[in-house]
Order: sequence, then structure tokens, then C-alpha cells
Amino acid sequence: MRESPHPALRADLPGERGGQFSVVGKPLPRVDAVAKVTGRAMYADDMLLPRTLHCRILRSPHPHARILSIDTSAARRIPGVQAVITGADLPIKFGILPVTQDERALEHEKVRYVGDPIAAVAATEEEIAAAACDAIVVEYEVLDPVMSIDEALVAPKDERIQDYGGPNNIHKLVALEFGDVDGGFARADLVREDVFFFQGNTHLPMEQHSAIATYVDGRITLWSSTQVVHYVHRALARVLELPMNRIRVIGAAHGGGFGGKTDPFAHEIIVCKLAMMTGRPVKCTLTREEVFYAHRGRHPVLMWVRTGVTRDGRITAMHFRTALDGGAYGSYGVASTFYTGALQTVTYDIPAYRFEGCRVFTNKPPCGPKRGHGTPQPRFALELQLEKIAHDLGLDPVDLKQRNFVKPMTRTVNWLRITSCGLDECTDRVVTASNYKRRDRRPGHGMGFAISSYLSGAGTAIYWNDMPHSEVQIKLDRGGVTTYCGAMDIGQGSDSVLATIVAEELGLQPADVRLVTADTDTTPIDLGSYSSRVTFMAGNAAIAAARKMRAMLVEAAAAKMGCETSAVAVGRGRIGDFTFEEASVLAEARFGTLVSAGSYTPPKIAGPYKGSGVGPSPAYSYTACVVDLDADPRTGLVQVNKIWIAHDVGRAINPLLVEGQVEGSVYMGLGEALMEEQTFRKGLHKWPSMLEYKSPTFLDMPEVETFIVETVDPEGPYGAKEAGQGPLLPVPPAVCSAVYDALGVWVDEVPVTPEKVVEALRRKAKGEPARFGPARFPTIPYPPTIKVEPPPRDLQIAAPAAI
Amino acid sequence: MLRLPRFKYLRPQTAREAARMAADLGPAAMFVAGGTDLFPKLKRRQFEIETLIALDFLPRQVQNGSTDCVVGAGVTLAAASSDEHLNQNFAGYAEAAGLVSSPPLRNAGTVGGNLCVDTRCNYYDMTYEWRKAAGFCIKKDGDICLVAPSSPRCWAVSSSDTAPMAIALDGVVMLTGPDSERELPVSALYRDDGIDYMAKQPGEVVTALRLSAERETKTAYVKLRRRGSIDFPIAGAAVALRLDGDTVVACRIVLSAVASHPLEATEAEAFLKNHQINAETIRETADIAAKPAKPLDNADLSHFWRKRMVRVVVEQALQQAATRIRGSKVKLLGR
Amino acid sequence: MKQEVLRNVQREVVALDVNGERVEMLLPVHKTLLEVLREDMQLTGTKHGCELGECGTCTVLVDGRPELSCLLLPVQLDGRAITTIEGMAVGSELHPLQQAFAELGAAQCGYCTPGILLSAKSLLETDPSPSRDEIREALAGNLCRCTGYAKILDAIDLAARRMA
Repeated sequence: MRESPHPALRADLPGERGGQFSVVGKPLPRVDAVAKVTGRAMYADDMLLPRTLHCRILRSPHPHARILSIDTSAARRIPGVQAVITGADLPIKFGILPVTQDERALEHEKVRYVGDPIAAVAATEEEIAAAACDAIVVEYEVLDPVMSIDEALVAPKDERIQDYGGPNNIHKLVALEFGDVDGGFARADLVREDVFFFQGNTHLPMEQHSAIATYVDGRITLWSSTQVVHYVHRALARVLELPMNRIRVIGAAHGGGFGGKTDPFAHEIIVCKLAMMTGRPVKCTLTREEVFYAHRGRHPVLMWVRTGVTRDGRITAMHFRTALDGGAYGSYGVASTFYTGALQTVTYDIPAYRFEGCRVFTNKPPCGPKRGHGTPQPRFALELQLEKIAHDLGLDPVDLKQRNFVKPMTRTVNWLRITSCGLDECTDRVVTASNYKRRDRRPGHGMGFAISSYLSGAGTAIYWNDMPHSEVQIKLDRGGVTTYCGAMDIGQGSDSVLATIVAEELGLQPADVRLVTADTDTTPIDLGSYSSRVTFMAGNAAIAAARKMRAMLVEAAAAKMGCETSAVAVGRGRIGDFTFEEASVLAEARFGTLVSAGSYTPPKIAGPYKGSGVGPSPAYSYTACVVDLDADPRTGLVQVNKIWIAHDVGRAINPLLVEGQVEGSVYMGLGEALMEEQTFRKGLHKWPSMLEYKSPTFLDMPEVETFIVETVDPEGPYGAKEAGQGPLLPVPPAVCSAVYDALGVWVDEVPVTPEKVVEALRRKAKGEPARFGPARFPTIPYPPTIKVEPPPRDLQIAAPAAI
Repeated sequence: MLRLPRFKYLRPQTAREAARMAADLGPAAMFVAGGTDLFPKLKRRQFEIETLIALDFLPRQVQNGSTDCVVGAGVTLAAASSDEHLNQNFAGYAEAAGLVSSPPLRNAGTVGGNLCVDTRCNYYDMTYEWRKAAGFCIKKDGDICLVAPSSPRCWAVSSSDTAPMAIALDGVVMLTGPDSERELPVSALYRDDGIDYMAKQPGEVVTALRLSAERETKTAYVKLRRRGSIDFPIAGAAVALRLDGDTVVACRIVLSAVASHPLEATEAEAFLKNHQINAETIRETADIAAKPAKPLDNADLSHFWRKRMVRVVVEQALQQAATRIRGSKVKLLGR
Repeated sequence: MKQEVLRNVQREVVALDVNGERVEMLLPVHKTLLEVLREDMQLTGTKHGCELGECGTCTVLVDGRPELSCLLLPVQLDGRAITTIEGMAVGSELHPLQQAFAELGAAQCGYCTPGILLSAKSLLETDPSPSRDEIREALAGNLCRCTGYAKILDAIDLAARRMA
């Protein structure tokens, strides 16, 4: 038995002693950086297989109509047209949630929004396919459209949009109560009610959705710009009536998702069907206008909030009502509805909480998950109302909020388990750096503060099952490490995170690790890039797989060295006395084919009530933000000068990627706060274009100062939590608070356009309430409230990590 | 992706030849210079043509005189915005050219093209499929104006940034027709109609723009738009001032994006002339200038607010012109 | 309306100088440079986001200046030098801008990256040491939805300093 040559670097697992990481925590370039900066990353629309046909889709010109007939004969006669399909060819319904299987790839009975797909053409040239779509004659019986929450709540003139849900065009109703809400209000010194509105907006990825399918030897292969290959796989099997083993879905390089490519989409199903019919590859890339119709973006949400506080600003009870304008289909809407009520309790200690939620169907493109999924809207209302309460009580808003912060290792009144929580540190960072408490009081200048929290992955799967949420396999031969995982890198850098973790565990550099990801034939399952789940879940699975591989390498090396495994140092490309290559040869000789696998299943932490599946997460990220702006009372124009943001990511596996996610979230939040909105006029999307849908340019983006706060979560991979969504949430309310600070008027809805600011100032000047925002919350037939007993609030022991 | 329709492409060598081609082919043909306005509209099928007549021969030089300047119609907006002479003596024009759309677009878009830029409306600048769903409008394929259905005319908005400034600088365009050449003041180049918005003959080619101004004329262009780049104007003011001490001896104020043509605020000009320029007269002038502006609900943001903002952009343009040092750049409104 | 697809296509032999390579092709006159680069020359590094000149994604350099390939006809470009993202690196050696973008995480999804890199290349060739505001002005036609532009500004700044 020999001593290890590097006693200081014993075989401790990475991160278990401070400062021992070799690649985790380093600002390394992403593993696909060169491909992306040289234009060599292959996005779906870049692919062209031999004999590829081009597909275009005919879409409804009416927001609501019955289809009486579809005549495709003229389209079929156009030279170059190879196939024309309609809803009769794809009659089986699908949908992302098992409870709302309400979509068809092509509708042949009824259309529900302008842009609903009706027919599709495959032709030798895209322009021929487009002309053929125009030659299809559809006869409609036009129905009265429902275009607002108010209209959806009353009896429709003609007929309901969907044949489920109700009454009228209500899709989903929720009513939950935790703790003694009435008692909480009774003991409050101040009870405040406010109404807020968060306008809908869309993801606007730079890449238009694209999919290309080929059908050979009875097997479909689809390359798509999707965030979740697995959900596309499931939907294809269902609609095409093929076993899953006959379908392969591969995630192409991804040009931006933000939640907008998380549903299975009509065009993905259509190209597969057309490929099967024509025996040729078929590609469909949506036009920018079609991307607006595919949507699944931010729900417009109307909110009524009643909060009770004591004189010193302690929350005693909260009653939160939401009404979501869901658009024409279910999508993730049931989950979205629950999310508008779930996470209020995760930042503030609310001892008694009642939530009533309602989602309605309207004749608009379906809403779904956009960055923050269902939580930026209530966060906006919650933060602004607490600001108002602070002003009512003459307290500093930061102090009032801080007084109510949740504590680490607790449970919320609605049974959500909080492990690590860096709210205080995040707040201190931004308040200090921005000099918020001693801010410049010049006229028109204002600063606003807000906080937020978000999931590190949903604790329950979209379709009920007990299987792991993420799985990783590692193969090693002759020194070459390949990591397989179903996770999809949508630009957030999940491939780089996987490579970093595997490299850390095996003592390599991320560039030494080959990756195969997002391919349903070759990679084990991962539920995809949404709900900020990949770093946490795939990361933990990768650690589990890598540690098994590491153990084999160490054992083989120890045997050769004649020492205990604990004496084998791993790192700097070496395993004990051997190079990594030598050790892998030893291990392969000893164990045969070197493969290892790891998986991650979230702990079962959901509360004991119906609907408790939405909200639980193995860990929550926390953010605090200060916005500094100038607002012009004459024009209402707002110029944001600077944003400070601190984000508790648990542990930054790659700080460069974390900063990128935080800065990108701030950007998107600022767009939503100031200019982005998905609005409709006469049943049509008012501006489905990059010109008229206002996405901030280089000149509209202020400097952002980012602080990474590391609380080292007990269950995250090396303590890591999410970074991709949470930092968006505090930006809109901080902007509105800053506008109030600057001008003394509340704009209780986003986007904060100059005309709203000017109108609020006009009202103030006339002695009316100094605000712009919704006047009332409609009467909604919420069901009887389900009363849920709160859990013990102290969390003595966190559940052990799943790895 | 959105694609162009099939067309024939002709390459005349001279303006005369181009004008003759256009006269022969009639409305089925259009001129193309930079293509930055034309190609999106062709892709959206707002124009249906069979032939494009390329204006590649257009002059790309800026010729300087002592009080005037001839800008070739083929000069790109980027070149115009960075031209030393224009920045020295016609700063407002260079500024307006530099505020059109975005940097890459200005490298292709031309001085002539921006003078001829089609009027805009958010019921019209949409794809064929969208317009079909909305019901076609009077400007293309339909018979009513969707902004003002009871009106017999089209209310699409003049959206050129440079035309108002060209008018304020006594601009004259050189036109070449099939048989003759002529000069036309830019102020006479437009008509108050969203469809037939140009007073030149369709076959006439704009070959150059001549700007002129007395020495010491101070100019400024202020553009209002939602973002710092890319967007068309939703209100704008072009101002040319000549001062004797503090007294205004000459004054031109022309508004962009508030009517179907560049709108000269003649009453305001008359008011300010012979007045001292100070904060109060600027405010009064701006109030008068804003009166004839009638924005409608067919561009970004509400027309009430845009109407209110006309006064602000005029005021800012007057202030900037009055205080402008030769060649200085003016900071954008609200940024 | 779309029946113009039945019209005959006018084709012309066009000589294009792309990334220093001269290529002669028989092209329909109505095909945009974007389509020809991607579909006829397999230069798929040039991306597209709207095809209407509204997003900057398809930016290429024409005689060193950024222009939108979705609004250019190859038949207009005879004798002019076109640079696409594929022409930025020399062999396997990255351009300093590419190197800086890679190091600082200025590309996330990477879809706007080619257009932004080319706009930045043009900027640094005319102004080797731009201020952050000058970078913003020059890049204002290129939208990005991932980065919030911060890392892009940092990367251009870094590349400029390295190239000085």
C-alpha cells in the first residue's frame, strides 16, 4: 500500500471542502461557443436533406368560425405541389397537459383564433406551397368572437369556444385557503385592496420555429427547435398513432425559447405526416407572423389583492384573486392558473392566505408559459401593493418588505418547502450599491425596489408518473468521455453545465467531455428546458452518473497502485498515478464496457391538497432589484438609467452563464415593463411583426450591475439553483415603483407606456386618484374554497438529497 | 420565410431610359433603388408588380456649393448622415438621414428612396394574410379606410424623416421623365392623400435633391419613436431658423408623421418670424404648430398622446436649432 | 394574389464575391441574397428573423458595411465584396471579436450572433476604439432577445482593446 503522492488532494468529492472545485465556479466559455460564433451551429432551418419538400400552413382568417367545407382541389393542381392535408388527416387531439387535450394539428371543424391552422401543403418550393395555401377555398360560418375576460365571463352570443370548462367561456376555476384568513384580516391594523393588470406579451425568440422530418424504414426522424424533445415525442406518437420507438425527435441547435417552444406544435406534427405521405423530407419554418400565432406567451392577468398588515408592517392575511385571459386553447393554462397563486408565500411570510384563480378562453392565440410562467403577474401586483402599504403606513418599502421575508428552512402556509434563501443578502447588495436609501430627490428622478423568487424546476411532472425527471448516462472508452442526456440547450448553456459537472467529477476540463443531448433515440429522458429545471435536475443526475464512473476509475487505479481508493487523487487530468487515459484503460480492462448512469427524482414535498402539485420545487432562487429612472411629467417618457440586481443562485456553476441569464432576464423584464404587449384589434393580433411588437434595442437597454449571491442549497448540484427566470420578475414592479417615486403617480399595469403616465398625472392634477390602471375586478363564480390546514412552519430537517 | 414575388428585372443605364421603361410598362412596373421600403412591401404583397426597374445609375455624390448642396438620389442615408459638408451646413438634414430606421438599413436606403417612401398605416403595412383576415383597405385591394371608415379617402401617414427637413431647407428635386427633365420643390412633391401621396408622375425618376439655405441657417430634426432605433417616426419636427441676434428673420417648421404628407406649420412660421427667440415664443410657436397635426389611430401609441407630443417635438427642434453650434449632434428625445 | 408563382422565372448568371471567393451562379432575379447564401451556397451561418428588415439577424457586410441580406438582390451586387460569418475566421483562427464573444458569453442561443459580429466587425474597422455609446449606436439595428446586450458590449470592448 502506497501513500497518495498528493495528500492534499485526496479523493474528496468536489465541493465538499471549501475552495476545492477545479472547474465549477469558473467563468469558462460555453462548450458550443466556437460553433455559435462561427455560424456553424446547425439550427433546424439550416438543415436541408436531399429532396426536401417545403411546407406552408393555411391559417384561419377568422377569430371564431365553424368550418363548413374545405376545397383543396385548386391547390393540388398547382405544379410542384406534392401533398395537401387537412384536419381529416390528423383528427386526433393533443395538448401538453393530460387534462386539456384540446388541440388539433389542423382544425377541420372549428377555428378559434386568427392563425389557427387549417390545412398544410408540401411542395417543391416554399413559394409554391404558399401559393397553394392561398388557393385552398374554405367556407366558414362566422361566429361571434370573445376577445376579453369580461366577454368570456358572460353567456356567449353564438357558442362557447371550447366544449369543456364553464360556465360560459371559463376554462378553470380554483379556490384554496390556508390558515385563518378572516381572523388574519380581523387582527390587521390596515387592510388594503388594489386591482392590477399585467398585459400579455410574447417570447419573440430571434429564431422562428422550424422543424424538418424524414420517414425512412418505417421510422420518423424529426429535428425541431423545441425546448422539450420528450413532449414532442409523446404528442407525435399519439397523433400519428405510431409507437414511440418508431419516432425519433432531435433538438436542433436552438435559437431561443423563453417558454415559447415548450408545447408540441402543429407544424411539428404536420411535417411528420407529410413526410410519411410523400416519402420525402419535409421542412416547415414559421414566418414571423406565424410565430406570434403560435404564441403560448404571457397570460394577460387581471388581479385583485387584499392584504392585511399590522401597524409595523407585518402581513396578517392575504386574499389574492386572478383572472387569466388564456386564449383559445388549454396549453399549460391549468398550471398557469395555479401559478398565479402559488409563489406569493415563497418570499413573504404570509400567515393566512386565500387564493381564487380563474382562466377564461378567448379567441386569441393560446397563452402558456413565458419566462416566469404565471408568476411575474402576481409578483407585480404583490410588490406594488406592499409599496403602497408602506406609503400608507409611512414606512420605508424596503424595510416593510424585509420585515416579512421568509426564513431559510421553513414551510410556507401553502406547504411549499423553502431550503436556502438569500433574500436578505440580495436586498442588502442592491440597496447598498444603488444608494437607494440616500437617493437623489431631483424632480422626475425615481428609484424602485422589488424582490422575487422562482422554482428550480417543478417538483411534479406534467403527466403523472413516478419516474425520474432527469437521467444521465456516461460512456467512457480509451479516455474519451461521452455524456448523454435528454436535456435541450436552448441557449441558457445547459450543455456547458453538464460538461462542467462531469468534468469536475472526473478531474477533466469541460472541453474534454463530449455531449450527446436532446435526442430521444440515444439519450435518456430529461423533461426539457422549462421551469428552470435543467441545472438542478440534470445537474444532480450528472453528478450521480459521474461519481459512479469516477468510482470505477479510482478503484482500477487503486488496484494498480496497490493503495486504498481513498488515497487516489482525482484531478488535473489524472487519476492517482495515471493519466486519465491510462486509468480509463485500466478500468475498462477491469470492468468491461465503462458506462454509468444517474437520475434525479425530486423529493415528494407537495402538500396534501388538490392543486398542490403546482408550486413545489426542490429549491427556490431569490432576487432583489433596484431600478433608477427619470420620468418626464410632460411627455410621460421614462428613461431607465441603471438597474442593480442581485440573484441568489445557490452556487454559480459557471458565473458567466449565470450573469448572462440574469442580464437577459432583466432585459426581458424591462421590455415587458415598458413596451412589449400582445394586443388585439377587431379580432386580430394588432402587430404581429418585429417592427411593431417593440423589443428593446441596444439603445433602450441601460447598464445592469449584477451581483451573484451564493447560499449553497442543500439539495442543488454543488448547491446550485436556477437563474434563468427569477431575475425577470422584480423588474416590472421596480419600474412602476420608481415611476411613482419620480412623479407621484401609480401605473398599476404594464407596459408603462408614456400615455398611461400622462393620463395618471392628468387625473392627479384633477384631484382624482393619482393612478392609471384597471378600475374593477369582475364578479367571477369561484367555487367554494377548499380549506387546507397549514403545515408546521419550521423545517427541521431538509429531505436528504436524492443523489 | 417571406419571399419576393417573381418579377422581371430591368437595368436601364440612364434616368431617361428608366423613365421610358416605366412609361411603357405602366403600373405593373416600379423603380427600385435601395429596396429597403420596396422589398418588405413586395414580400407582404402590398404592391403587385411584374417588373422592377433598377435605379443603379443614380448619382452617389454630394456636390457642395456655397449656400446649396446637390445630393445625388443614390447617396445612401448612411453616407448622407456622415457627409462632412451636409453636417456643416445642413445639419438637420444629416441628422434626419441618420435617424431613419437602423444602421444596416441606412447603408442600403437612399436619399431618393426616403423622399419617395410609401405612406404607412398599421392596417396596411401587414402581410397579405393579415390584410385578408382584417378585410382589405382602400389603399390596397379594398374599398374603405379601416382607420376612418366613414371617410372617402386613405389616411396612411407620411413617414419620411428626411422629406420635412428637405422642405424646411427649400429643397428641390430633379426629376427625369420619359421626354423631359424638370425641377420641383420638395414642398410640391407630395399630395394630401394616403394613396396618391406623390405629385410627381409615376414614370418620373428622382435623380437628385438640391438643398439650399442662407448662411448661418440653423437646423434641427427631432424624431419621436418608441425605441432608439429601427422605428419609423410617430411624430417629428424639422426646423430651419435664421437669426439676426435673437430675432428670427426666417423660419421653416415642417412636421413628419402627422398627416399623409409632410405638414408645414405655416401659421407657426408666420408667428415666429420677426419675434425674439426665447422659451416663451418657442412654446407659443410650438402650440400653434401642433394645431393642424391630426394623428389617427394607425401608428404606434395612442393618437391622443402623439397629438400632444407634436408640440413637444416642435419645441425641442426649435430649441436645438436655436442653440445649435455648427456641426454638433443633437441628443434624441427622451434618450 | 399569389398566383404570380405561375409566372416564368427570369434567371441571370450572377457573379458574387463572397468571403473572397468568386462564384458564378444562374439565379432567379427575385431571390434575395439571404436565400441565395443559405439555399444555393449552403452558407447557413447567415440567419433570418423576419425577412422584412426589422430585426438585423440577416446582416452581412457589403464592401465592409453591414446591410440586410433579406433586402438585397444578388443581381444588384455584381462586383461588390460580400462577407458572411463564414468569412470572419481565418482558417481555424477566430477573429478577435469571435474570440471575445466566446470568452465572455456574448452568444447565448447564438442566433443573432452572426449578424451582430459582422456589424461589430464593420464598426471596429471604421472606429478602432469606440465608446460604449458608439457601440450601442452602431449595433442598434441588431436585436437580441437572450443577452440583454451587456455581454455583447463587453465583448466588443474587449476585442477593440485587443486589436488596438
